[in-house]
Formats: sequence, C-alpha cells, structure tokens
Amino acid sequence: MAYALQQLVNGISLGMIYGLIAVGYTMVYGIVGMINFAHGDVFMVGAFVSLVGLLLLAGGIDGPAAILLVLVFAMGITAMYGLAVERIAYKPLRGSFRLAPLISAIGMSIVLQNYVQLAQGAREKPIDAIVTGSLTIFTGDAGFVVAVSWIQILIVITTLIVLAGFTVLVTRTPLGRAMRAVEQDRKMAGLLGVDTNRTISLAFLIGAALAAVAGFLFLLRYGVINFFIGFTAGVKAFTAAVLGGIGSLPGAVLGGLLIGLIETFWSAYFSIQYKDVAAFAILILVLIFLPTGLLGRQEVEKV
Amino acid sequence: MSLLSLEGISAGYGPVQALEDVSLHVGQGEIVTLVGANGAGKSTLLMTICGDPRARTGRIVFDGQDITALPTHLIMRQGLAQSPEGRRIFPRMTVNENLLMGAEVAGHDPAPGLAQARALFPILLERAGQRAGTLSGGEQQMLAIARALMSRPRLLLLDEPSLGLAPLIVRQIFGAIRRLNEEEGLTVLLVEQNAFQALRLAHRGYVLVNGRITLQGSGAELMTRSEVQDAYLGGGHG
Repeated sequence: MAYALQQLVNGISLGMIYGLIAVGYTMVYGIVGMINFAHGDVFMVGAFVSLVGLLLLAGGIDGPAAILLVLVFAMGITAMYGLAVERIAYKPLRGSFRLAPLISAIGMSIVLQNYVQLAQGAREKPIDAIVTGSLTIFTGDAGFVVAVSWIQILIVITTLIVLAGFTVLVTRTPLGRAMRAVEQDRKMAGLLGVDTNRTISLAFLIGAALAAVAGFLFLLRYGVINFFIGFTAGVKAFTAAVLGGIGSLPGAVLGGLLIGLIETFWSAYFSIQYKDVAAFAILILVLIFLPTGLLGRQEVEKV
Repeated sequence: MSLLSLEGISAGYGPVQALEDVSLHVGQGEIVTLVGANGAGKSTLLMTICGDPRARTGRIVFDGQDITALPTHLIMRQGLAQSPEGRRIFPRMTVNENLLMGAEVAGHDPAPGLAQARALFPILLERAGQRAGTLSGGEQQMLAIARALMSRPRLLLLDEPSLGLAPLIVRQIFGAIRRLNEEEGLTVLLVEQNAFQALRLAHRGYVLVNGRITLQGSGAELMTRSEVQDAYLGGGHG
C-alpha cells in the first residue's frame, strides 16, 4: 500500500512534465492540423537553455530567485526557438499538401538534435542537485517511507501555476479567443480582422515556452540531460496528447498524467527495462480502439 | 463619392475564372444587391473584396483607399465586415464569444455592438452562454449578421442571409437590415438568390451571369425587366 502510494506520487510528477509537453503538441495540432514532430526537441532545447542559465548564475544569485530567473530565461529563449522552427520549416509550406510540414518537422527535429550535439557536445550533462530533501508523508508497515521530494512538489506547483495561467489565456483573453477562432475556422477569423499568421506563430511560441518549463523541471528532477532526451519524451508526450484526444487542451494534461502514472506503475510492478513498451502499447491501443481519445470530440456539428 | 468601387475585377480559384472584368460601385448609405444564379460568382465577388481570393486584375477602392493588395485582416480593419456564405459561426465558442470576435480584434469597444446585437436579435441575449454550434439555422444566421456588425462597419457585405430559413425569420432579418440602413446609415452590399425580396429592399442592383455583370439599375427597375423576371423571379411573384 505504502509502496503503491509512493508510485502514485512519482507518477504524478512525471505525468505533469509529459502534460506540459503534450499541450504543445495538441495546441499546434488544433490550430494548424499538423503534428509538430520537432516539439520534443524544443523541450530538449529548453532543458539545455535551463542548464546554460543555471551555469550563468552559478556563484551569483541562488535560492528561489535563481530558479525563477532561470525558468523565465529558458521560457523566453526557447519560445524564440519555437518561433524560428515555425518560420523556417512550416510557414513556407502553409497551403502545401498535408504531408509536407510533417516531413519538414522530422527534418527540423534532426536539425535541432544535431545543432545541440555540435554546440554542447554529445556527452551527458550532469548538474548538482539544486532542490534537495523531501517531505515524509508517513512511514508504512515494514518501515517503508512514503516521501514527496521537494523537487516533486516544485514540479507539481510550477505546472499547476503555468497551466492555470495558460487556461486563463486561452479561455478569457482576446488572444485566446483569436487562437480558438483560427482553430475552428481560419478563413472566418481572417474575415474578422484576425492576423492568422501571427496567431499561428504565437501558438508555436506559447507551446515552446511550456515545453521549456517541462525541460527546466526535467533538468532539476533528473539532473542529467543529453541532446537525445527530446525524442523519447516527445513521443511519450505525443502519446499523451493522443490518449487525451488530440486537439483537446485538458485532454493533453489528463493524458500526460495517465502516461506518467502508467509508466511509473509499470516500472514499479513489472519491468523498468520495458517501461517504454507500456507507453507505446497504449498509443497503439488508443489509435485502434479510441481514435478520438478520452476527451477528444466527435466531429458532429450542426451546419 | 462611392464608398466602395470595383474596377475591372477578375478573380477565381485555381484554374477556374469566377469573375470577369466586374465593375461596380456602392455609394455611402446605399443598399446594393447582387442577384444571379447559383455559381454566377456572387460569393466569390464578396470574398474578392476581402482579398481572399485575390483579384487577378483590376482595382478595389474603399473609402478612397486602394485595398486591392492589402492582406485580408487589414482590409477588414478598414471598416468593412462580412457575414459570409454558410454563416461560418465558430461552433465551439459561445454566442457571446462569437460576438466578441467581431469587435475586439480590431480594437473596438464591444459594448455598443453587443447592445445593438441584442436589440436587433433578442434571442441572442437568451442564448448568450450557449455554444453557437447548437443554435438553429435561423439563430446562426442572426448571430453571423450580429457578429459582422460588432465592429460598427461602414460597409456590410451580406451573403445569402435568407438561405434555408423560414419566411418569418427572413422577414425579420430583412427588416433588421432595412432599419440599420435607415436609422444608422449603414451601407450594405447584399448577395441574394431570393432576388425578389432583395430587389425590393435594395436601392440599386446588379445582375451577375457567369462572372460578368449583365444588367444594372434601381431595384424597382430591375424587377420589371423580363430577363430578371424569367431567370430569377419565376414570373408569378409579387
């Protein structure tokens, strides 16, 4: 029981990271109808920018101020990467056949991986733990301690704050309404004076900033990154977005949490070597039996 | 001086040429209608004014400014609004959000537009929080018109407001257009397949056949022309 509870805690904090990345997949899919396969690598770039930020601050400021500063720095720089990816690889292909941006997304993914590999080296980059210690919830029978580490608490709180802000942006602000309008009927949005190209660019920018939050939290939690982390995390977040219903923002978060939990429990009770199998088996099953996902919508509307 | 003028406009989609050397003008405070059969190019004409598709030849001038080459969203910020073919309301937004979309992008204060929308079509107030996709066809049409009016445009481009609606609702919508024109001086370019009602409402009209303007004149005058009667009025009306 205590062991299961500990897995629950671990699964939720992992799932939050997947959820943050999944939001970027699902938002871009909703608005331009393409899977941005470079998004996982944007997450990786976010982790590296966070690392650079931490090193720049080393010896200077520390404590919560440093963490916040690095987070904002990473979000800002990574958002520029997201914007650049869209401008270079997708915008020139708008109006082209559907597969074209998908292929250039895969190309962009390879470019980002090799760029970081060249610029930062191929070796693993470790950092010293910054947020340490944990909070013991209770000690179960047989002396098993259920603990939440401070970094897990930081992940959950940061994610909740960021997602709350994002939700307000999408549901309550003119920009959010414009984004939803472009998603539902791009031509009509243009007829109402929405600069649709700018709105699409902003969706990429916001998605990249959220991925940067995920990259930052990943770096703090695991302490080791390399240029290839975007691939696995990206595919899992994509799975989360499909599980939740591609195009659905709450679905992406829900899917992220479920994938995090499934992966953690699978690792705890079956096999940690085959943990990726669990996530990808889910992807296959969802695509076969529930293609609209948990919160995806059926395409039935009155016209 | 006319508020909108088109000079020698040709346009189309891909290899299809939908408009051929179309010239027309709409004066300040006028209701002008464009009648013609299905596929004559009426909707394409309204869309071409908005820059989507772009005119291949010719010039479009709105309020003294050449808007031919402006991007669509900038054209729409000059004081034009369109209630397009098929209504194109945002189905997964509420009625209220749909209305707000009509105003805030161009930086207009939505309050007067909302008040006007509710005065014209009180049903929209009742349905304010409902998802627009769940509205009936007539309600969606009212929403599309009200949304176009949110930016307080000087020129309203109105595409087939009567399509598929019950006669009572059509009367209500046409009454609203007439009132806006008389009381607020709103200029309207109206496309209709219901030629009889459109010509009765409009000050002037143009007849579009296969992408070309073949006839023009006052509404009353066009209604008496045998070509118009045979083709679009089915003889027995009125």
